[in-house]
Amino acid sequence: MASSKKLNSNIPEGQLELKWTTYRSTVHLVNPANKRSLEVLIIGSGLAGASAAATLAEMGYKVKVFCFQDSPRRAHSIAAQGGVNAAKNYQNDGDSVYRLFYDTIKGGDYRAREANVHRLAEVSGNIIDQCVAQGVPFAREYGGLLSNRSFGGTQVQRTFYAAGQTGQQLLLGAYSALQRQVGMGAVKLLARHEMLDIVNIDGKCRGIIARDLVSGKLERHFGHAVLLCTGGYGNVFFLSTNAMGSNVTAAWKAHKKGAFFGNPCYTQIHPTCIPVSGDHQSKLTLMSESLRNDGRIWVPKSKEHAQAIASGKMNPNDLKEDDRDYYLERRYPAFGNLVPRDVASRAAKERCDAGFGVNATGQAVYLDFAFNMKYKYGKTEATKKGIENPTEEQLTEFGQAVIKEKYGNLFDMYAQITGVDPYKNPMMIYPAVHYTMGGLWVDYHLMTTVPGLYALGEANFSDHGANRLGASALMQGLADGYFVIPYTIGEYLSEEIRTKAIPTDNEAFVKAEQDVNDRLNKFLNIKGTKSVDHFHKRLGHVMWDKCGMARNAEGLKWAIEEIKKIRSEFWSDVRVPGTANEFNPELEKAGRVADFIELGELMCMDALHRNESCGGHFREEYQTEEGEAKRDDDKFAYVAAWEYKGESNFELHKEELKFDNIKIAQRSYK
Amino acid sequence: MGGTTGKNINVTVKVWRQRNKNEKGSFETHDMKGVSTDMSFLEMFDVLNERLITEGKDPVAFDHDCREGICGMCSMYINGRPHGPKNAVTTCQLHMRSFNDGDTIVVEPWRSAAFPVVKDLVVDRAAFDRVIAAGGFVSVNTGNAKDANNILIPKPEADEAFNAAACIGCGACVAACKNGSAMLFVSAKVSQLALLPQGKIEAEKRVLDMVHQMDVEGFGNCTNTGACEAECPKSISLENIARMNREYVFASANEKK
Ligand SMILES: Cc1cc2nc3c(=O)[nH]c(=O)nc-3n(C[C@H](O)[C@H](O)[C@H](O)COP(=O)(O)OP(=O)(O)OC[C@H]3O[C@@H](n4cnc5c(N)ncnc54)[C@H](O)[C@@H]3O)c2cc1C
Ligand code: SF4
Ligand code: FES
Repeated sequence: MASSKKLNSNIPEGQLELKWTTYRSTVHLVNPANKRSLEVLIIGSGLAGASAAATLAEMGYKVKVFCFQDSPRRAHSIAAQGGVNAAKNYQNDGDSVYRLFYDTIKGGDYRAREANVHRLAEVSGNIIDQCVAQGVPFAREYGGLLSNRSFGGTQVQRTFYAAGQTGQQLLLGAYSALQRQVGMGAVKLLARHEMLDIVNIDGKCRGIIARDLVSGKLERHFGHAVLLCTGGYGNVFFLSTNAMGSNVTAAWKAHKKGAFFGNPCYTQIHPTCIPVSGDHQSKLTLMSESLRNDGRIWVPKSKEHAQAIASGKMNPNDLKEDDRDYYLERRYPAFGNLVPRDVASRAAKERCDAGFGVNATGQAVYLDFAFNMKYKYGKTEATKKGIENPTEEQLTEFGQAVIKEKYGNLFDMYAQITGVDPYKNPMMIYPAVHYTMGGLWVDYHLMTTVPGLYALGEANFSDHGANRLGASALMQGLADGYFVIPYTIGEYLSEEIRTKAIPTDNEAFVKAEQDVNDRLNKFLNIKGTKSVDHFHKRLGHVMWDKCGMARNAEGLKWAIEEIKKIRSEFWSDVRVPGTANEFNPELEKAGRVADFIELGELMCMDALHRNESCGGHFREEYQTEEGEAKRDDDKFAYVAAWEYKGESNFELHKEELKFDNIKIAQRSYK
Repeated sequence: MGGTTGKNINVTVKVWRQRNKNEKGSFETHDMKGVSTDMSFLEMFDVLNERLITEGKDPVAFDHDCREGICGMCSMYINGRPHGPKNAVTTCQLHMRSFNDGDTIVVEPWRSAAFPVVKDLVVDRAAFDRVIAAGGFVSVNTGNAKDANNILIPKPEADEAFNAAACIGCGACVAACKNGSAMLFVSAKVSQLALLPQGKIEAEKRVLDMVHQMDVEGFGNCTNTGACEAECPKSISLENIARMNREYVFASANEKK
């Protein structure tokens, strides 16, 4: 297989370990005087956007930052809970850059690019250094050193964390750095602004059209380069752990103007989320993977017990050890409860589909802390206190205090949402949509197929292949923003020092604004009978049923037709109240859902064409006898990059994946 | 066992409507029938808005995003309390099981001179960003850092800094305060950085700059009523205000020297 001519990944020559070092010392630089006249537009203020904006401004570029929330500090990164990986080997447990690289490639089921992943592992340590220097209050040991925990898909402890609020603390660190530049006048902040199109001139991206969400006015902004740091598109499923506003609009607009979309079907379904409780539900809540450090996952061994528990006739705490099926420990003894997310999610679905679910809907399994609470932490604390024969009550009491310190905010969140006390009862969990590995295709420089247009963080098709390991998204977002783009953008901008700011009365800007304006009016003029949410929910159902945890050709074909119907009904029967010249959240939603509908179709097409199972993409037709994902490396060891050719029309381009440094094998966590 | 208490209740919602910052607002009343107690407060608003849209009316604008208590976006003043009747939760984490059948629920935006209303329940909190821009950071450029474990921080101090850093910037403290003071918010950031060795170097300049900006933005004075702490969804402690006052006195004295 050879890569498509339209895709040049621009991976530097040379030995894997030296590529990035060599690149950094030979990449073109832009001198300080020229930087001041080069403008960079950054869409998004999450970890990727805020870190890039702060760093580029520190280097001297003129930066504008856009976000749709009222403050950059509220980007969805704020909600990340569990932690951030780095190959520091502080625990002396055999970690190294190579091991993080290896775990990530394997975890991604051999569908990521070696050179990018290695670079990510190389800069991971610098991220922790930078964050600590900013005052990010990571968890510490009594000796004053940084503490670590384990995440899935690894056998070392390399995850740095701040209670269950790691994303919050990292983002506030990046936000502080960003605000420092805002205060110095190096960054202009445009909050409550939504990017609604990119503007290309002579084959290069030269700016954007944004809408001021308060006044409704459309604005034109010129930039020598544009960085999309706009996050993931999990909300195409309607219910997901993403924030309500997370969307694909920026990436999708770029896609329609020439940026190829990479692996759209690779979606991560996170195994530990609070189960759906009713039709009113607007979003799902994650219970961090870090809980799997101390929680054991089980369902009853017999259906009778499962039914008794589900109907409330039996208390799960009363079920004997022997009657419980710790199915992850049973199936995957080497990794146990810490198998990667895709594996854990499918195993939960398998048990529930077989009739062992523990709630009324049959779609829940237990995540149980009682064992570690009592026998791991309770015992240790008792020993510390000099109590030789602690009672069961004492063990529980001591253990609870430790669990509270480690996961207090998550336990509170669970109790708040379900009304059940997780200190006394095992948590009920079920898989939910969480993250999208797919995204805009980028080369080694993080540049899309449109020159001058970059994608960072979750918005790009990223370094995670077909499945992301926990605590690696925060790492990637910050790597892209703090340590990669500041170098790679120089390669492009060093050629742009003679480009004067293009006046925004240029016809390309005028036309793009007119198109955006027409579309907004179109939404408002349909004056149909159904709300935007109505269509979003319908789309979500189709996606979850047919393009979710398990997919098959028949279902996907049906979904593609169904989505076309949803689209035509949306465009003839949606009701968007209000006007375009005011603060109008429904109008914002309409635009996002219209883009989700188009994306949903492409996701199904991508899932249909990939006749193999890998990572989060599980095609029922392609599994081993034991029900594990079965890859087809001869035919599918490539990145699928789709080019937009018009409505429902996408052309596939392939980027071949070469594994020169890792032996490609069937992934095993047994 | 699903936590599905599964009850339905009827409530009356009196909600503030205001087209934009210049127009005057007023209350509008809606009867909400058969509300599941498992619903979150914002999901109840989703249902209301869905109804308003199908009736051809203008839905109620409110800020929200994460819906899990961390982004700080949601901001409703419910029955006279920011974020409603429960302590230590945000509006989005409030569930209808905290209300009774037949209740009337009054919902207003944050009210403070420094937070003008954008529309209905949505306010402009950009003043907070400007206070942070004035000094809520450590001046360290990317790439300047040394190995993270070279800075040892005693666990108790790290924990205390973390507790202060848990502020979500929602503004409930300002809304709760009769003076509209932002002391709790500002002191949380000042404290976090003053507690850590990385932040100590610029501590004096930071507290002076941030307090100055806070005054410029039109936030009121602190008269130690403690309402902010009581209403803060993240239980940010008043001790932070005490610490900031000490830092401020010390820094002003040094500045005069
Ligand atoms: C509940 C939860 C917990 C998680 N926990 C972890 C964890 O423990 N560890 C880990 O590594 N990862 C975790 N993740 C994943 C991780 O948080 C995200 O992948 C990552 O934060 C994404 O960062 P980002 O900068 O790419 O995008 P985001 O943080 O999503 O930021 C997107 C930005 O783009 C802006 N934006 C979007 N569209 C537009 C537009 N059209 N115009 C203007 N602005 C726009 C938004 O305003 C926002 O500022 C978690 C995810 C979730 C959902
Ligand atoms: S101190 Fe509390 S109330 Fe005030 S902004 Fe922070 S979290 Fe909100
Ligand atoms: S919506 Fe994020 S804190 Fe309430």
